[in-house]
Amino acid sequence: MADLQLKTVEKVYGSGFKAVHGIDLTVEDGEFMVLVGPSGCAKSTTLRMIAGLETVTGGEIRIGDTVVNDLVPGKRGIAMVFQNYALYPHMKVRRNLSFGLKLKREPQQKIDRATNEVSGILEIEELLDRLPKQLSGGQAQRVAVGRALIKSPEVFLFDEPLSNLDAKLRASMRIRITDLHKRLRDEGRPATVIYVTHDQVEAMTMGDRICVMKDGHIMQVADPVTLYERPANAFVAGFIGMPEMNLAPAELSADGAPVITLAGQTIRIGAGLAERLTRSDGPVTFGIRPQHVEVVPPGTADALTGTIHNIEFMGHEVNLHLTIGNTNFIAVVPNDKFDHSMKRGDHAALRPNGARVHLFDPSSDQNISLGH
Amino acid sequence: MTSTSPAKMRSALTATELKLRRQQRRGAAIRYAVLLVFGLIMLYPLIWLIGASFKTNSEIFSSPSFWPKEPTLDGYINGWQTSTPYTFARFFMNSALIIIPKTIGTAISCVLVAYGFARFEFPGKRILFGTVIATLLLPNVVTRIPQYLLFRDLGWLDSFLPLWVPSAVAGDAFFVFMLIQFLRAIPRDMEEAARVDGANTLQTLVFIVVPMLMPAIISVCLFQFMWTMNDFLGPLIYVSSVENYPVSLALKLSIDTTEAFDWNQILAMSVLTLAPSLLVFFVAQKYFIEGISTGGVKG
Repeated sequence: MADLQLKTVEKVYGSGFKAVHGIDLTVEDGEFMVLVGPSGCAKSTTLRMIAGLETVTGGEIRIGDTVVNDLVPGKRGIAMVFQNYALYPHMKVRRNLSFGLKLKREPQQKIDRATNEVSGILEIEELLDRLPKQLSGGQAQRVAVGRALIKSPEVFLFDEPLSNLDAKLRASMRIRITDLHKRLRDEGRPATVIYVTHDQVEAMTMGDRICVMKDGHIMQVADPVTLYERPANAFVAGFIGMPEMNLAPAELSADGAPVITLAGQTIRIGAGLAERLTRSDGPVTFGIRPQHVEVVPPGTADALTGTIHNIEFMGHEVNLHLTIGNTNFIAVVPNDKFDHSMKRGDHAALRPNGARVHLFDPSSDQNISLGH
Repeated sequence: MTSTSPAKMRSALTATELKLRRQQRRGAAIRYAVLLVFGLIMLYPLIWLIGASFKTNSEIFSSPSFWPKEPTLDGYINGWQTSTPYTFARFFMNSALIIIPKTIGTAISCVLVAYGFARFEFPGKRILFGTVIATLLLPNVVTRIPQYLLFRDLGWLDSFLPLWVPSAVAGDAFFVFMLIQFLRAIPRDMEEAARVDGANTLQTLVFIVVPMLMPAIISVCLFQFMWTMNDFLGPLIYVSSVENYPVSLALKLSIDTTEAFDWNQILAMSVLTLAPSLLVFFVAQKYFIEGISTGGVKG
């Protein structure tokens, strides 16, 4: 196993389109790193450059101590799981698993041993003599993981491996993959994993660390808790979390405590913000997660009043949609604390939890409430 | 209002069902009758050919029926001997010596060229591909004379080489085009997976691409086999000595050399000449249809 380093890696296509803008990323030995971002953010391109399936037009990719820029995929010590599995359709599962080892001319005994071990781990022993077309989606996915695992690579690459599965199977495969990663770590042969997904649930639940990307730039690299609690910029704040963070243009001033003017309403933010601010006044983007507001009667001091335009009953909680000025706000209220007499068109107010408020610089989008 | 009892409804349903079924059966009978009649009309010359090959020479012209009154193998026995020092075995052998290298060569060379065009970027690709397609559109006759002169200068006249070498180096643009279309319909992920598994370009082609391309390759081989077996003009131009004649030319031989044609011999040998193509076609029919339909539709 080995660590992985990207140094100012760039990808410029023949047409002149720059897909990846000089990104730097270090993945520690045995770490589970998730690349996440909306479609078109170049996360898959980055993965394919690491795999050697795309050329690197600038910078350096290093696996362990080796610069792999010019190595063919087979010599990089990587294994990859593809979105649509990419099993060889004319080979039975057994040959699909062993194809890589056969090419390396490993002795048959060793190949058999490895095949048995991997199929045991992934519970695919009964499938060994089937053709890929005779497998269900989940089974094919496990075989695809097996084909990567059998090579004992330095780095595992996953390219949206669960996006073709239904929701239930996706949840169980998610656990299966993280369990496998833990198991390998416990057995003393930790696997370095780069996992690409557009699904933030996968990212948050699976990653040791998450790299959030947008338009070929890295927005933030951090562990899931940090990403959620201390987003570096408005993009990360909006991308991570369900429902997404409420963001609205506002004006910051100080009157002892920080004061926010938003859609003509001025509220004082209570304890927990002032000491974190890196500047004291000027225009800001105000951000608060739907879970971090309290629904209070309209007109309550230091709360933002708006009109209810939708109420979504989710079972254990209720999503309350309010229009404040021109901005939609969402509040998530536990079902038992929700006032069920509220209806569309009513007024209600939201009081943000000062300790959880984020302020972003509107020009740079950087978080100015992370403290010094 | 009268209420309908469930029993009545059931019987009414069954009556409608029966009527529908009867109609369907009648429709099917008519369909099959029409198909049978047209099938027979189209097949009649072939059936007549087979029947006539067992007739005596005089009966061929005296009876329009395809069933021989006094079946005889004379046509086959005498036709096989021919009026030359060689039997038809020699001519079949000559055909095989053209067809086998031509078909194998076509399969290998066209797959290589198609793989290159479908999967790789290289300088001049567009122009080269345009050239390939242009040769597809060029009428064959236009190139006859330059080709003849070229092969004459190479000293290949009266040998099999002009008949198979051009095809064996991907000279048949149609097959290249067909394979490219087929390859374009195959996702690249399997090839990328093979590269990650450590396969080089040739290994990827042999172990991954060729098996997936098999239906198309079989179609190519079948087309090439049948077209070559039936090719008359090519051998007529390049092959001059009787010992090198393939079957297509040998059939004409029996017409040329005798003044009163032994039609039963000619027909008998025609049946034998048709046999390999038919046999190969029926054996590989499944792949053949899979190949042309996939190549055509998904391209």
